[in-house]
Amino acid sequence: MTSSASLEDSALMAENRKRTAELGMWIFLASEALLFGGLFLAYFVYRYSFPQAFAAGVRENDLILGTINTIILMLSALFMTLGILAAENDNKKSSLSCLIMTAFLGLTFLGIKSLEYSHKFQHHLYPGGVFMPEKNWPVGERIFFGLYFVMTGVHALHLLVGIGILAWLIFVLSHKPRVRDSTVWLYTFGLYWHYIDLIWIFLFPSLYLLGRFG
Amino acid sequence: MNEHPDKENYLMAGYGWRSWFLTTDHKRIAILYMLSITFFFAIGAFFALLIRLELLTPAGDFVSSATYNRLFTMHGIIMVWFFLIPSIPSVLGNFLIPLMIGADDLSFPRLNLASWYIFMLGGIFTLISILFGGLDTGWTFYTPYSSSYASGQVLNAGLGIIISGFSSILTGLNFIVTIHKKRAPGLTWGRLPLFIWAHYATSLIFVLATPVLAVTLLLMIVERTLHIGIFDPSLGGDPVLFQHLFWFYSHPAVYIMILPAMGVVSEIVPCFSRRKIFGYKMMACASLAIATLGFLVWGHHMFVSGQSVYAGIIFSLFSFLVAIPSGIKVFNWVATMFRGTITFSTPMIYAFGFIGLFTIGGLTGLFLAALGMDIHVQDTYFVVAHFHYIMVGGAIMGYLGGIHFWWPKICGRLYPKGWPGLSALLIFIGFNLTFFPQFLLGYMGMPRRYHFYPEEFQALHVLSSAGASILGVGYIFPFFYLAWSFFRGPRAEPNPWRATGLEWKTESPPPVHNFDQTPIVTEDPYSYEEKP
Ligand SMILES: [Cu+2]
Repeated sequence: MTSSASLEDSALMAENRKRTAELGMWIFLASEALLFGGLFLAYFVYRYSFPQAFAAGVRENDLILGTINTIILMLSALFMTLGILAAENDNKKSSLSCLIMTAFLGLTFLGIKSLEYSHKFQHHLYPGGVFMPEKNWPVGERIFFGLYFVMTGVHALHLLVGIGILAWLIFVLSHKPRVRDSTVWLYTFGLYWHYIDLIWIFLFPSLYLLGRFG
Repeated sequence: MNEHPDKENYLMAGYGWRSWFLTTDHKRIAILYMLSITFFFAIGAFFALLIRLELLTPAGDFVSSATYNRLFTMHGIIMVWFFLIPSIPSVLGNFLIPLMIGADDLSFPRLNLASWYIFMLGGIFTLISILFGGLDTGWTFYTPYSSSYASGQVLNAGLGIIISGFSSILTGLNFIVTIHKKRAPGLTWGRLPLFIWAHYATSLIFVLATPVLAVTLLLMIVERTLHIGIFDPSLGGDPVLFQHLFWFYSHPAVYIMILPAMGVVSEIVPCFSRRKIFGYKMMACASLAIATLGFLVWGHHMFVSGQSVYAGIIFSLFSFLVAIPSGIKVFNWVATMFRGTITFSTPMIYAFGFIGLFTIGGLTGLFLAALGMDIHVQDTYFVVAHFHYIMVGGAIMGYLGGIHFWWPKICGRLYPKGWPGLSALLIFIGFNLTFFPQFLLGYMGMPRRYHFYPEEFQALHVLSSAGASILGVGYIFPFFYLAWSFFRGPRAEPNPWRATGLEWKTESPPPVHNFDQTPIVTEDPYSYEEKP
């Protein structure tokens, strides 16, 4: 076998690996869509039953912090893409710094989210019958904030897992002489990262906008 | 043949515990699954035994009502999520899918191993819940009882099921990608064995239905621990929403159990009839149709739950439609046998059993899909008998048939003659004795989930318990002769049944990498007539 043929072979295998990993991730994301789908279904069912309470709940949420968080996640998606592009060009240094930026933005999002959670706690807006001080709190709002905590909590958990994997990828990449060989990993992980952003793009209007100005 | 280390068969490839617990070989992982689900089956069967003992007499004298509630709950949870759901896909699917498509392994071997660990982690949570006294919600976890009132280990059992669900999702994902990406040259979609088609359809359900169960149980757990009010009406929630979400998974889950069994039967019937399968394309499409329609019928579990009449009519209609692809399957198996040269080997006896029991289970399913009839037998033993015909009569017959069909491939040895046929027969007779009387009981009004009953029902209950003991004996035989066969059985050739299919073209047991050379496929599946 000549060396050019084996080179072609390995390029073909790399392409195959990329497509296989990609397909696997898409199927996983389809599964995730149904997972979040169940939550959104519950949200819209109760929004239909308690429109006023849900609008009141939306107004209770901090629009500014929510908007900042949305921008942060969009920026993190941008850096993720730049990181993959740099890896494709085998530019290790800029690829790594983009990925670190992505992880940092993800952490910032979680920081702001926990700030919001603690504001809620100060206003006694947390789930739990035993912990709830105002017993006669309207039912609709209780459900709104119950769902708020579950939906943003499950989203934050996904983000946390994403940051963990990203940190591991950064670690592995920093020990490799050629980052280009790892683009399969980055590309597949990138799909997941963008997907979490996309979920937030649906969460943000549902929890911060719908009914706020109505 | 030269003594190349790669040519070693997979069972001889290593003996230490690491070579099993850290293996990424799909064949070894299949064996791990087989041992684990056999263990769970024994636990589930033990609970069934206690249930049948209690029901021998009309009075509730053997266990208390509270204990009885826990017994049927834990029987259901263990059998559904830790035996039936993983049974054929995780054991036979894992072992055979790469072999049948001429690949060296699944697309993601490490993920496959991780799936087994996730499954076991879920199993441990559930076992802990049992050890600490179990729970009494029924396997359906209906709210608000499960989320607000039930005492017991609801939390651990729920978490166990959520965790094992991720194992299902990852297994399904692995199968779909493998079937797409690792088929041997020449193995077009139109040449895939029907076992593969069945697993493709099953995997779609794994991936698309299981996450809904996970999130539903998560919401139930959150409501139980934090009282946030999603399903409990006293907190403003809607209990019917739980039922919608739960059955959105749990109806398709029945097809997770039955579709792979259909795939097994579609392999066995042509082989022991020496005939090409009748209507290959229809069979493949029917698998996909059953999987698709399965997502549109969940409301037939809720005819009396207060959903709208119009919803009920639509769900009833779609449930009837499922009978069409199911009927096509039964018809085509029978047509395959027509004028075939039939041998009554053990796998074939199981296949016959499957076809008969599935037909009864399916037809009684139509009774339940009819709006009026369903109200009469709602929550009676008629329902219990119906779903046991599908899930035990269908799925377990398919699983055992498959185990007996591929056993020579799995361990490279044959099992004795005589005993296996006898135990298959005992299982068939015992099963019918156990569950047919329950149709009559249900029709006469015996409700499910009660541990005492009026005296006039005793004769049928005794019949049922007697049948269960025959069934139990039938299940015990295979443990012994299969274990004997594994260590002492006569060596099997690569293709003892003279079957078609790539898995029979390699050694028994297969070498570590399955094939010495990637096979090239040049013919359609089930070409039995050309090679009698
Ligand atoms: Cu159903």
